Amino acid sequence: MALTAEDVANLARLARIELSEAELEVLAPQLDVILESVARVSDVAAQDIPPTSHALPLTNVFREDELRPSLSREQVLAGAPAAEQMRFRVPKILGEEA
Amino acid sequence: MTLAEAPNAEIIRQTAVDLATKIKSGELSAVEVTRSHLDRIAEVDGEIHAFLYVDGERALASAARVDAKIAAGEPVGPLAGVPLALKDILTYTGAPTTCGSKILQGWLPPYDATVTRRLLDHDMVILGKTNLDEFAMGSSTENSAYGPTRNPWDTSRIPGGSGGGSAAAVAAFEAPLAIGTDTGGSIRQPAAVTGTVGVKPTYGGSSRYGLVALASSLDQPGPCARSVLDAALLHQAIAGHDPCDSTSIDQPVPDVVTAARSADVSRMKIGVVTELGGEGYAPGVEQRFNEAVELLASLGAEIIEVSCPHFVYALPTYYLILPAECSSNLAKFDAMRFGLRVGDDGFASAEQVMAATREAGFGAEVKRRIIIGTYALSSGYYEAYYGQAQKVRTLISRDFDQAFSQADVLVSPSTPITAFKIGEKVDDPLAMYRNDLCTIPSNLAGNASASFPVGLAPEDGLPVGFQVMAPPLADDRLYRVGGALEAALHSAWNGPLLDRLPDPGALR
Repeated sequence: MALTAEDVANLARLARIELSEAELEVLAPQLDVILESVARVSDVAAQDIPPTSHALPLTNVFREDELRPSLSREQVLAGAPAAEQMRFRVPKILGEEA
Repeated sequence: MTLAEAPNAEIIRQTAVDLATKIKSGELSAVEVTRSHLDRIAEVDGEIHAFLYVDGERALASAARVDAKIAAGEPVGPLAGVPLALKDILTYTGAPTTCGSKILQGWLPPYDATVTRRLLDHDMVILGKTNLDEFAMGSSTENSAYGPTRNPWDTSRIPGGSGGGSAAAVAAFEAPLAIGTDTGGSIRQPAAVTGTVGVKPTYGGSSRYGLVALASSLDQPGPCARSVLDAALLHQAIAGHDPCDSTSIDQPVPDVVTAARSADVSRMKIGVVTELGGEGYAPGVEQRFNEAVELLASLGAEIIEVSCPHFVYALPTYYLILPAECSSNLAKFDAMRFGLRVGDDGFASAEQVMAATREAGFGAEVKRRIIIGTYALSSGYYEAYYGQAQKVRTLISRDFDQAFSQADVLVSPSTPITAFKIGEKVDDPLAMYRNDLCTIPSNLAGNASASFPVGLAPEDGLPVGFQVMAPPLADDRLYRVGGALEAALHSAWNGPLLDRLPDPGALR
């Protein structure tokens, strides 16, 4: 399939990782080798096989709708990169392309 | 200097069971046991680098509380006062949780993992947090942002990964016990290459609450130890239903302690997986593995060969499912609520800050896997990659079902080769991934598995691990096999394998 540096830059944009030109050059051939190797899964004829998303069967789990103590605002904000007025302070989120 | 001559050798060489007994009887105090291990860490960890954080003062204070409880005649847990090392991917309030990543450098979690809480409730003493490949992605600990851990058997070699810190801490007698987490072999492969015991419980057998997620459908915490019984006691302490983890199994914990004590394999049917051997396996690994199988036969087990034809697809299946899950799990590192933030200059947008932060905060392997996962989940490729991998996962589980209809447990080498040199495989991701060839199938199917030491490979004198796999919730069978192997091998060797460890204290 030969993944190009441009393809990797696209994927990195989707994954929100700003990769340098140098990283793209190194990553593209490495990822290409990995993808070529994992593509072997399609050698298996598995048309009618149901997919497994979890190792063991999952059932929905309910609990009583009761009040329980939660983290305080101080605890929640203690690990924040920036906080202001007891809130997370974040960079601007409007005025950018989607 | 040999290990026997090391300071505090008489304390640090003991099993967790013996330490607990002596602490309870008053023959040793928890404080002196903890201090001996902290001294040992100070002595050798500069070389081994198993720990990212040593919590000395708090460990001594908790040890003193255990001593006071025992003196007052209060009831205490079976491993009360025994020190332990915690993999730095489980939260423990008051100590940083970094996951071996720069993106979480210095992050202090606001809550304890369920596993951590159970250790503390059992009166165990947490010495500190151990090194790992970043977010548990790797097989050598070389992907840690804080530098690699070194194998106590040969410090130019890797201790396995991702839980190389936990395995090395136990092998180097820095702690009698440690907690690891196993997503594709991260408990078993390090155990194999360090000559220690490592167990991955049945998926859902131990809680993932407070374990920073790599791949949620695969991750599982478990015990690391130097003896089978020690591992069983730690397994018992941490396992069991947790309402905070929706995948936690609401059933009794298999009686692993009784199984380890019984060490009985007579009339047990043991299946050798034919696909996990042959080309690519080191001769010494195959030799020690075959000898261990013969040993089990001599102890009364019935040995059969079983074929699991889809296991050859386990590696590519895993390296699609894991990156897919990790690319979504690691999306939470967005520079907004916790961890690193880079480039927030008042002009940059949230999206630009997020991308710059992830560029600066994640290492090469994490980036590789996130991008592979993004690719595998993107429209147009989803069916061919992730969708197909999920189907092959079903076929691998069916292979297990078929094999377990013929055998009580399955066995294989834990990893195809012994510990390799630090730096040898860092630029070859596929060669690195092949270390997990034997361990991955069990994670994909969610059953129980373990690695036990079975000797040193003749060609390089490095430890070889023996993998045992059991059906879901039959974790006790692992311990029966492990216990039987351990008893027979110790009597053949005149003591444990780790007696032959060159003392890292001598390498300072």
